[in-house]
This record gives sequence, structure tokens and C-alpha cells, in this order.
Amino acid sequence: MSVPFILFFVFAGIAVAGAVLLIVAREPIHSALSLILVMVSLAVLYLLLGAEFIAAVQIIVYAGAIMVLFVFVIMLLNAGVEERTDWSKLAKYAGLPLAGFLLIELAYWLARPAAGMTAALHAARGMGAAPTRALSEMLFRDYLFPFEATSILILIAILGALVLAKGDE
Amino acid sequence: MSAVPISYYLVLSAILFGLGVIAFVFKRNIITIFMAIELMLNAVNLAFVAFARAHNQLDGLVFVFFVIVVAAAEAAVGLAIVITIAQNRQSLNIERVNLLKF
Repeated sequence: MSVPFILFFVFAGIAVAGAVLLIVAREPIHSALSLILVMVSLAVLYLLLGAEFIAAVQIIVYAGAIMVLFVFVIMLLNAGVEERTDWSKLAKYAGLPLAGFLLIELAYWLARPAAGMTAALHAARGMGAAPTRALSEMLFRDYLFPFEATSILILIAILGALVLAKGDE
Repeated sequence: MSAVPISYYLVLSAILFGLGVIAFVFKRNIITIFMAIELMLNAVNLAFVAFARAHNQLDGLVFVFFVIVVAAAEAAVGLAIVITIAQNRQSLNIERVNLLKF
């Protein structure tokens, strides 16, 4: 058992446990904290995959900005314990088939270890010394137009959030 | 570097996505449902990074970057909608938001 394997299984376990906790928790704030746990352990997995920049962005933007926004809204709305209603028809009739679909999907991937093997051989070669530098070159050259388009998207999102949250008065 | 096979990451991504779907379907709180969407986005991001690693191409990482940006924009607008709903309905229960329900 090498170190990457141990790290992978520890943080994969933490991520799955956090996701299960998100479902089980009755208070929204507990769900938010367990989701932060999932995101931080995913950042560690990104580091393990050699994507340092994405790991940093995951911590700063997801765990930092987006989840702070969530916690802020939970505090603002004073969200208490989730009301327990009888299960909706959607949950009753769509939930079980969806869980079955999930299991089929998992079995599909587990039954094809060959794809993962060749992929692991690729991964062993590594991405080079500075993927962040190459990533920035790709982002600002090949993907310049989508990059600029996302800035406009964010501007529209800011306006939309302002208009929605401002109210009628 | 990483000796962990890529299929492990993909299986973890599938598990997280499935848990996100389950949370999305079974939770009754609007904010928690929103968090389930974020969980699914995270699972997809993990698959993107794993495939980028497997094929030794950086395009997947660029797409993860875009997904994170779009998720941030979506969270801002979505939480504004949640605040508006909470003010109008005095409740965060999704069952109370049934104006368009068939």
C-alpha cells in the first residue's frame, strides 16, 4: 500500500462520509459544513491528481466563497430543522429507479478495470513540471473567448442577484 | 506520482454524483437541495480532472475552471431566489412552493 493509495482512500472516505452526512443531517447548517468537508477532501484529491491550480481554486472559490454564501444565507434566513413531510410522489417513485441507475453506473465502471489500467499507465508519465503555467497559457490563448464570455456571465449574475434580492420597494 | 488508477477516481465521482442525486430528490429544504446541486457539480469536476490526468491533456482542467465559475454565478442567483421565496412563503420547505405544481 503506497502513500498515494492511502491518501486516496482516506480522503475518498471522508468525501463519501461528508456526502452521506449531507443527506442525513436535519439542520441545513450541518449539511453545509459536511459539504465543505467534501470540497476540502476533493481539493486534496485534485492535488493527488497533479492539478494544483484547480485544488487552490476549489479551496478559495468553492469552500471559501460559495459555501460562505450558503452559510450566510442559512444564518440570514434562520433556517431551522427541516420539516418532515410525507415523501413526495417524485421521491417515492423516482428515487428508487434513480438509485438503481446509480448502482448500474457504478457496476459499469467497476466492471471495466481495463480502461482504468491504461489510464493509469498514461498517468504514470505525468503532466510535466508546471501544469499551472501551461494551464494559464491554454486559458488565455485557446480559451480566451469563453473566458471573456464567463466574465459577462458573472456580470449578469451580479445584476440578477441584485434585482432578485432587492425586493419590490 | 499518482499510482492510483483513474477508474478509482471515476467510481468515487459516480458515488458522489449518486449521493447528490439522492440528496436532491429526498431533501425538503430549498437550501439543502441547492447544496445537492453543488455536490453533483463537484463530482463532475472530479471526473473532469481524472480524465484530464488520464489523457494527459489540460483541456479538462480548463473546463473545471469554467464549471466553478458558472457554479459561483449560479449560487449567487439561486440564493437570491431562495431569499425571495423565503420572504414570500415564510418557509424554506420545498413543498410550500407549489404554485407551478401540476
